[in-house]
Amino acid sequence: MRLTAMTATMALVAGAAFAADVAPGDLQFDEYGAIEESLTGMAGDAENGAKIMASKSKGNCIACHEVTALQDAPFHGEVGPMLDGVGGYRSAAELRGIVANAKMTFEGSVMPAFYKTKGFIRPGDGYTGKAPAGDELPPILTAQEIEDVVAFLLTLQDG
Amino acid sequence: MKFKALTAAVALFAAPMAFAGGADDDNLVINGDLEITTKAAAPQHLDGVLDEVISGWHFRSDETQALEMDDFDNPGMIFVDQAVDQWNTAEGSEGKSCADCHGAPEDMAGVKAVYPKWNEAAGEVRTLQMQMNDCRTNRMGADAWKYDAGDAINMVALMSSVSRGMPVNVATDGPAAELWQKGKDLYYTRTGQLELSCANCHEDNYGNYIRADHLSQGQINGFPAYRLKNAKLNGVHSRFKGCVRDTRAETYSPGSEEFIALELYVASRGNGLSVEGPSVRN
Ligand code: HEC
Ligand code: HEC
Repeated sequence: MRLTAMTATMALVAGAAFAADVAPGDLQFDEYGAIEESLTGMAGDAENGAKIMASKSKGNCIACHEVTALQDAPFHGEVGPMLDGVGGYRSAAELRGIVANAKMTFEGSVMPAFYKTKGFIRPGDGYTGKAPAGDELPPILTAQEIEDVVAFLLTLQDG
Repeated sequence: MKFKALTAAVALFAAPMAFAGGADDDNLVINGDLEITTKAAAPQHLDGVLDEVISGWHFRSDETQALEMDDFDNPGMIFVDQAVDQWNTAEGSEGKSCADCHGAPEDMAGVKAVYPKWNEAAGEVRTLQMQMNDCRTNRMGADAWKYDAGDAINMVALMSSVSRGMPVNVATDGPAAELWQKGKDLYYTRTGQLELSCANCHEDNYGNYIRADHLSQGQINGFPAYRLKNAKLNGVHSRFKGCVRDTRAETYSPGSEEFIALELYVASRGNGLSVEGPSVRN
């Protein structure tokens, strides 16, 4: 039992997908790029979503977006629109689609796809500059991390 | 310079707010008399893409800019001095130095401005480092220098310093056209898991901050660049490699055909700007 529990914890840390999660290749976008169904069937943790958005090694969303609620974390970029109030004018489904693969909503967007594992030109192994081991990359964010980010974005009501 | 009195911490926190909004309007004059063209009308091949080409100098803080305005403050000039010694040192089986064939470093003024350049005899586009290694191996009987490493990059800095103020004028036509097109294709290719091209950052977003970095046009007229971040001179290909790596991509290597092509193309985007290296960047 202990071993099983440990393996589960390690899988969690490594960010591996769970069987119940919608796999990156199975995402169902509607014609506007939104994703109706939760990727995990579990509620997102907004607090964790905030951490992911500010963390350089995770979403690093503030590299491009200014978010007043995250102003304790330096530094906020200007490449994308400021996100204050986005939870008021975008639905959960729209936000899920944008975070998973923004190019389905905004054609040709510079915003990276955070739940995509193949179809890249010269994919690398993270930020090492080296070739990856397999021909599929782990998604930048796990299914649950996407849900957490969406939950946080929905808290951004005042813009 | 009063800006130097600012502490690093203040400068760091003030930067994103104080300079947001693009290139500044400062003028770059080195040693009080060497005027550097840091903004120029874009070359014709950029019609419809950019109106003006701008040196990366305009996107740096006043403190960093000031370091480039006086050769005594420019840490890159230490390496230029080392290269002058190297220039005069005989090496290899022929017992020759660079000076034996080329005279004084100042006699090479103008050379850096036109590289990378088509070499008719070799039937290839050569970067300055390729040409220097050709001299070393074929005329001096010495070992080739490692690409972008110490000796090579110091010598590029010397060649650049004696061309400072002269306009970059890299040929894009004739026999160089094919490689130039390849470089252009690379410039617009969205690489890595982040699917970003050079153009996404340096054409679509110059002037914007990406996290704490103020994006420039990614011009190379100022190379080699002394970076405060790693306290050494950095070559063009090494810089490209870092940028490609930051798209979560498998990079190309310094000296590779891809980066030679990209250097030719990126250099030509700066046609009209002054040769400015060794520059100082963060
Ligand atoms: C490299 C830049 C970049 C990064 C990193 C980035 N974005 Fe974006 N994002 C953009 C841009 C640009 C747009 C505007 C859409 C467009 O025009 O392409 C955008 C749009 C959005 C929108 C829609 C805003 C609206 O007004 O409808 C949301 C929501 C969003 N991003 C969230 C995120 C989150 C969450 C992350 C991190 C997990 C993130 N972004 C990371 C560049 C980025
Ligand atoms: C994810 C964004 C991003 C991408 C993509 C990118 N760069 Fe950069 N680049 C930067 C940042 C940030 C800097 C440091 C600030 C500056 O000078 O723009 C930089 C700096 C540079 C510089 C130094 C400019 C100077 O004056 O010192 C050059 C040259 C350059 N990039 C070329 C390229 C080329 C060529 C590519 C494509 C192969 C590329 N970059 C792709 C973000 C990027």
